Amino acid sequence: MLNIKCINAGYKDTQILRDVDLEIPKGSVVALMGRNGVGKTTFLKTIIGLINVKSGTISFNDEDITHISIDKRARKGISYVPQGREIFPYLTVYENIILGFEAKHNYSNEMLQRIYEMFPFLKKMLNKNGGELSGGQQQQLAIARALASNPDLILMDEPTEGIQPSIVLEIENIIKLIKGQKTTSILLVEQYMDFALRLSDYCYVMEKGTIVFRSDRNKFNKDDIKKYLTI
Amino acid sequence: MTLDTFLSLTTNGLSVSSILLLVGLGLSVTFGIMGVINFAIGGFIMIGGYMVYVVQGIIFAHYAGNDSFAIFLLALPFAFFAAGFIGFILEKSLIRFLYAKPYESMLATWGVSLIFQQLARNVFGSNNVVVNTPVMLSGGLHVIGGFQIPYNRLFILSLSIVAIVGVYCYLYRTNSGRKIRAVMQNRNMSACLGIPTGRIDSFTFAFGSGLAGIAGCALSLLGPIGPSMGEHYIVDAFMVVVLGGVGSLAGTIGGSLVIGMLSPYLEFITTSSMGRALVFIFVIILLQWKPEGLFVLRNRALD
Repeated sequence: MLNIKCINAGYKDTQILRDVDLEIPKGSVVALMGRNGVGKTTFLKTIIGLINVKSGTISFNDEDITHISIDKRARKGISYVPQGREIFPYLTVYENIILGFEAKHNYSNEMLQRIYEMFPFLKKMLNKNGGELSGGQQQQLAIARALASNPDLILMDEPTEGIQPSIVLEIENIIKLIKGQKTTSILLVEQYMDFALRLSDYCYVMEKGTIVFRSDRNKFNKDDIKKYLTI
Repeated sequence: MTLDTFLSLTTNGLSVSSILLLVGLGLSVTFGIMGVINFAIGGFIMIGGYMVYVVQGIIFAHYAGNDSFAIFLLALPFAFFAAGFIGFILEKSLIRFLYAKPYESMLATWGVSLIFQQLARNVFGSNNVVVNTPVMLSGGLHVIGGFQIPYNRLFILSLSIVAIVGVYCYLYRTNSGRKIRAVMQNRNMSACLGIPTGRIDSFTFAFGSGLAGIAGCALSLLGPIGPSMGEHYIVDAFMVVVLGGVGSLAGTIGGSLVIGMLSPYLEFITTSSMGRALVFIFVIILLQWKPEGLFVLRNRALD
């Protein structure tokens, strides 16, 4: 579904990603782990198009998307839940959700109701500004917004970062729910190892901008990757 | 100051505020969404003014009732679309290379405004052209004593009220308005949601230019139409945006009222150049107190 081959990318003068290969099969959850500053967020930004690729290819549903614009990638079915959630602060919660339909112009009341079922608290604060929500609520709103277009792939950047445990649990349940439907894949960037290991089908570990470990989730145990993640 | 002078200063102030509001709305949204300072806005005001002349004096030149109100109203969409179209072309050919470069964009658009003025001289001659105020708008509404509010000023006021209501409804009640606000708040995230930001930019720039065109129509009711008719309003319109806070509708209304109302009073009390200087001083003091403008919102998302 998503096939990344030998990606090199970075900011102006500094190269961050070196020859990164990664593959996400349809309907699976792939975890990408690693310490701070190894290039995980840069990698997600490269997939969605916020950072240009220097060499290598990104193909999505058998189509080369390496050089197309951000909004076109979104319309092809990639959703992004960025680090820091990036909720529109002066748009209402409702408007934030509705913008999620923009990628595929697929507004449907049915989908909206499903989102309210998954995140019941949202329904009570539809007219609040996005900026008034707490961090955890914003995180859930960002996931709701990403789900609205019914994407083939969701890129999630540290959904548990700075979130209280009870909401982490809720987010975990939502990801399980998405996983259970087997239609939407998730690329989960996470530092919270246990969380990532519980949810994923495949694991990758990144260090200094390259992949240093990859495995099917069933074929390794926690200790195999601990050395990459502890400081 | 007699009551009559006070009332006439107030009506003058209100119509200047209205024109500043029309111009400021476009500027504020353009600056908010693209970080571009558009000095060419004076050119778009002028295009709007000349459109009234084109409709009244050229297209309907041989029609006896060409100074009727209906024909003036017809000039409004003409001005809006002509200015909007030229704005669209300007955005596509120049402005989009200047995003988030306020200084470069300031210089470039200033150059563009000079080109606009020269083009106007070449096409329409360097002398001012005259349009007839529609018969329906001459005269005025009697209020107290001998004082009357001129109909043309009332019309300008209502025009800007219609415009602000229209812009509000557009931004806050329609899908494409919502996209504009989204891009204004977070361009990258908007793109990540599939919003074609480049298209939103061109469209918004065209829309703002169109509003300036409407302001030009309004100005044609107050004075002559000439190549540099818009220049006088550029600085004031920028003060409106800076004072009100970028990208805020309420701020643009507040800013245009402050600038537009303050000038006539101060100019009356002192002299016309002293009055303008005082307005500037007032704005500077106000900005010391509220550097981001009068109507800036704050919340945890931006802290």
